[in-house]
Amino acid sequence: MERRRSLPDVLAGGIFVLIGGAFVVGSLGYELGTPLRMGPGAFPLLVGATVAVLGLAIVIKGLIAGEVVSFGPIPWRAVAVIVLAVLFFGFTVRGLGFVPTSAVTALLTTLASSRVRPLTAVAVAAGLTVASTLIFVVGLQLRIPLWGPWLGF
Amino acid sequence: MELLDNLALGFSTALLVQNVLYCFVGVLLGTAVGVLPGIGPTATVAMLLPITFSFEPVTALIMLAGIYYGAQYGGSTTAILINLPGESSAAVTALDGHEMARQGRAGAALAAAAIGSFIAGTVATVALAVAAPPLARVALKFGPAEYFSLVLLGLIVSIALARGSALKALAMIVLGVLLGTVGQDIYTGTPRFVFDQRELYGGIDFVSVAVGMFGVAEILRNLENEQTRTAIVSKVKNLWPTRVDRRRIVGPILRGTGLGAALGVLPGGGHVLASFTSYAVEKRISKRPQEFGRGAIQGVAGPESANNAAAQTSFIPLLTLGLPAHPVMALMVGAFIVHGITPGPNVITDEPALFWGLIASMWIGNVLLVLLNLPLIGVWVRMLRIPYQVLFPMIILFASIGTYSLGFNAYDVYAIVFFGLLGYILIKCGCEPAPLLLGFVLGPLLEENLRRALIISRGDPSVFLTRPISAVLLALAVAALVVAALPTISKRREAVFTEEE
Repeated sequence: MERRRSLPDVLAGGIFVLIGGAFVVGSLGYELGTPLRMGPGAFPLLVGATVAVLGLAIVIKGLIAGEVVSFGPIPWRAVAVIVLAVLFFGFTVRGLGFVPTSAVTALLTTLASSRVRPLTAVAVAAGLTVASTLIFVVGLQLRIPLWGPWLGF
Repeated sequence: MELLDNLALGFSTALLVQNVLYCFVGVLLGTAVGVLPGIGPTATVAMLLPITFSFEPVTALIMLAGIYYGAQYGGSTTAILINLPGESSAAVTALDGHEMARQGRAGAALAAAAIGSFIAGTVATVALAVAAPPLARVALKFGPAEYFSLVLLGLIVSIALARGSALKALAMIVLGVLLGTVGQDIYTGTPRFVFDQRELYGGIDFVSVAVGMFGVAEILRNLENEQTRTAIVSKVKNLWPTRVDRRRIVGPILRGTGLGAALGVLPGGGHVLASFTSYAVEKRISKRPQEFGRGAIQGVAGPESANNAAAQTSFIPLLTLGLPAHPVMALMVGAFIVHGITPGPNVITDEPALFWGLIASMWIGNVLLVLLNLPLIGVWVRMLRIPYQVLFPMIILFASIGTYSLGFNAYDVYAIVFFGLLGYILIKCGCEPAPLLLGFVLGPLLEENLRRALIISRGDPSVFLTRPISAVLLALAVAALVVAALPTISKRREAVFTEEE
């Protein structure tokens, strides 16, 4: 087996170091207490430091004998579209109401695939909006207004 | 007979009209999830969890459990018919199952899977009913030190079962524990890592973590290369296996059931390990091992029985100790808590109707699954033709709605984006998401028992070693860590597949 550097390993390790380190810094702002009465900061400090150390070990191992050879393709379009669609949902569901928010979210999401035709996208969005309204609002009595205050109803 | 009385109580609960109905809905959805590649039971259970808030607790748990073991069934259908396992434990079924389908024996393969699953499910349900009460009685004697060591052991063992690097799996677990510290501190009420956002005081919702890591991240992975999704579905005829087939599947089914029932209890997805082990065992003891990989019905019957038995017995640690063995079980913990029930040894005595009703429903669910899967196979085949372009917008929309309805809180929705992206990057870097979710759910339990044990021992950390049960559990945890770190073991985990080359 060929031994080589692995960028994904280093990236994964880096993420662990970053998150663990951030929690360590944050936990120092809370009371640490004593072993008898551990303060709110003690456990996160301990665990955060462990994450950072493990991350560092993964980085070092990735530089000497990595496991994941390549990261593979990233579907940038899908990433952008799905992030946008879900954020849109969270931001507007209260204001616009269930029906318009669902329709736009579904329509946006269909664009994540490069192989979708406009007519299909509209049909899918319409179908999903009707289906989710029936399932969640009519069937399960979810208390979300169908049309929100932003629309002047 | 106490057991018979308990089962009678269970069936009287499980056979209530609404419980049978939601059991049916659960296994139906589970089968659909298992059949459709690209969405797993974890994300489905997470999305549907909010919906069950309005149900009776037992009804909610029956439905969620049905989704889980239903998915184990459904996964075999896709594995056999299009060589695409809808669920990770069905991967090994695809080896011989799809080969059988190509030889025109798809019907026999599907029947072997269904019959095996049914027998395994029945036996494992009985095992659950027999084993759970005594285990719970033992667990009731546990103090905080024992609990801390037990949780730690559970987390460490789940590494051994995760695919890929043990170091990364360990890091994922600890990261999960770390994320679990967000929110108010249980002892002092101090808000931790909440950045003055009131919405975060209750902590990050585990549904957001599960939907993000198992739903959004999975969709992104599937969208990486879309052209591979044109499936050729094999034709199904002659569902009833021939006499030769029937004779051949008896042994594998029984051995698979035993293996699965035993391994299912292990944390971290024992059902995957169970199906792989069963396949390896059948191949080893077969007089004609060369047939394996070329359409041996034993290679379908064994693993399918094993993963279904494991799916049922993985409820044992949840119901007796309150420890989830698998991400779906972690979500079940959430389902219990939402309904005001603390999962653990007390459930059996405090909520006997719920406990025995859930167990009885599993057997009913297994009967429903056989009825759903064999006669209705044509429906599932048709479902395989649903294009992914319709499927993934549905998952994203339902995930958003489901997460929002947790607490009508937009932060939970934003969190699925965050965990979706984080999960996607980490998965691409070779880190599995399951250990993170287990760590996330068990983290607060770990912290609470650590601090409580230290208060009781007046700050003396040696309490974990001087109490015998705790010491044994810690020793096992260390042993598991050593085993997981040995590269030879991790290589052997992949060996079942590579042998086929």
